[in-house]
Amino acid sequence: MTSTPPDSGTDEDLLVAGRALVRSYGHSPALRGISVGTRRGEVLAITGPSGSGKSTLLLCLAGILRPDAGEVWYAGRRIDTESEAERSRLRRTRFGVLFQFGQLVPELTAAENVAMPLLLAGVKRRPALTAAGTWLDRFGVADLAGQRPTEMSGGQAQRVAMARALVTEPEVLFADEPTGALDTLAGEQVLTQLVRVTRQAGTTVLMVTHDAKVAAYADREIVIRDGMADDGAPTSALRGALGRTGAR
Amino acid sequence: MALGHVLLGLLAQGERHGYDLKRQYDARFPMAKPIAAAQVYATLERLLRDGLVAPGGTERAGGPDRTAYGMTAAGRQELDEWLAQVEPPSPFVSNPLAVKVTLALLVAGDERAAGYLQRQRAAHLARMREYTRITTHPDTSLAGVLAADYALNHLDADLRWIDTALARVATLAEELQP
Ligand SMILES: Nc1ncnc2c1ncn2[C@@H]1O[C@H](COP(=O)(O)OP(=O)(O)OP(=O)(O)O)[C@@H](O)[C@H]1O
Ligand SMILES: [Mg+2]
Repeated sequence: MTSTPPDSGTDEDLLVAGRALVRSYGHSPALRGISVGTRRGEVLAITGPSGSGKSTLLLCLAGILRPDAGEVWYAGRRIDTESEAERSRLRRTRFGVLFQFGQLVPELTAAENVAMPLLLAGVKRRPALTAAGTWLDRFGVADLAGQRPTEMSGGQAQRVAMARALVTEPEVLFADEPTGALDTLAGEQVLTQLVRVTRQAGTTVLMVTHDAKVAAYADREIVIRDGMADDGAPTSALRGALGRTGAR
Repeated sequence: MALGHVLLGLLAQGERHGYDLKRQYDARFPMAKPIAAAQVYATLERLLRDGLVAPGGTERAGGPDRTAYGMTAAGRQELDEWLAQVEPPSPFVSNPLAVKVTLALLVAGDERAAGYLQRQRAAHLARMREYTRITTHPDTSLAGVLAADYALNHLDADLRWIDTALARVATLAEELQP
């Protein structure tokens, strides 16, 4: 692994990389040519205003959404052109994903929810539930093992979802607003634990957040505005705003 | 806030020599502007004159500050009153950052404003990472965590304000558009 900076390196230097990604929903563009890359073991924060395309970017990088244009690479292999079956296998075996909304299966208990990725990977029920218990404990919610999501607070459900995203000990964790429903102290506990666990395991983390205090847990931040990387050039908002008042 | 009140606060747990007080201050407020030992001695003398502290029993051999001081009943009352008093929220924003961002948004032109705001955010975030390492390090004292938290939240407030300012300027420009 070389230490070429992500923006100037080739895609082989990066564990996860998106190049010139474009993605629209209907006619409205969410990503407009953004490039991003992360090295193995790095914790990267993706920040930006609401609606700027953070979640869309994360879903593209995790191989869940297909970009309209551009490329997504994982460990030197181009994944956006792979079949749905191949990508879903990759997600099951190498990736952990924490979604922004609606993550837990309401019919299952916390322990069953956390065990689910292991069961899908062919692990037997008993060891899967044991592992689930360990991960629930790491995020301070071991006592919720038998409870269903409807019987938990938002913050508790978030911790359970975090345990589920990490239970397979993935190579890459994609986390969308990992502390969204938590207050400052609870968020700090979860993030501290998240960073400790992933650093120990050498997990690469891409986390989306609108909160600079959360981004400060990462090694590096990229800011996205209007579906593009904020590279110090004016965004459409700033251009529109200053076009008439700017003294140039 | 006068240093006298702070020293009274540090004496609340028992008698201390002047130099101990300075060391206590440094440990409790690790990120505050440092104080000189001479300032501590001068303040102690004033507290003594006002009857808020009194010399304690112990004598230390040698050393420039041989007297340990303890808080008197009047000192305790003064401290309690001060701790109960609300600090007036600051009426002015005199932060140079706020002034510069405002000017950048209003007069610098879009290229330069955008570039400056991006670099300012990067600088803030780098400092926030340092403070986060402090708050999450298991060896950091509680006083250290509190001080780092304070700094983190203020840096975060700067960034939030910058984002809000950007959004406001953009909204205003849209409204002005024919
Ligand atoms: N499923 C969808 N259908 C239609 N439009 C969508 C969909 N998901 C996102 N969008 C639009 O795409 C743009 C980017 O959305 P995205 O969810 O990626 O933003 P975000 O940065 O994650 O925002 P937030 O901070 O609010 O979560 C927005 O304009 C949004 O309205
Ligand atoms: Mg989102």
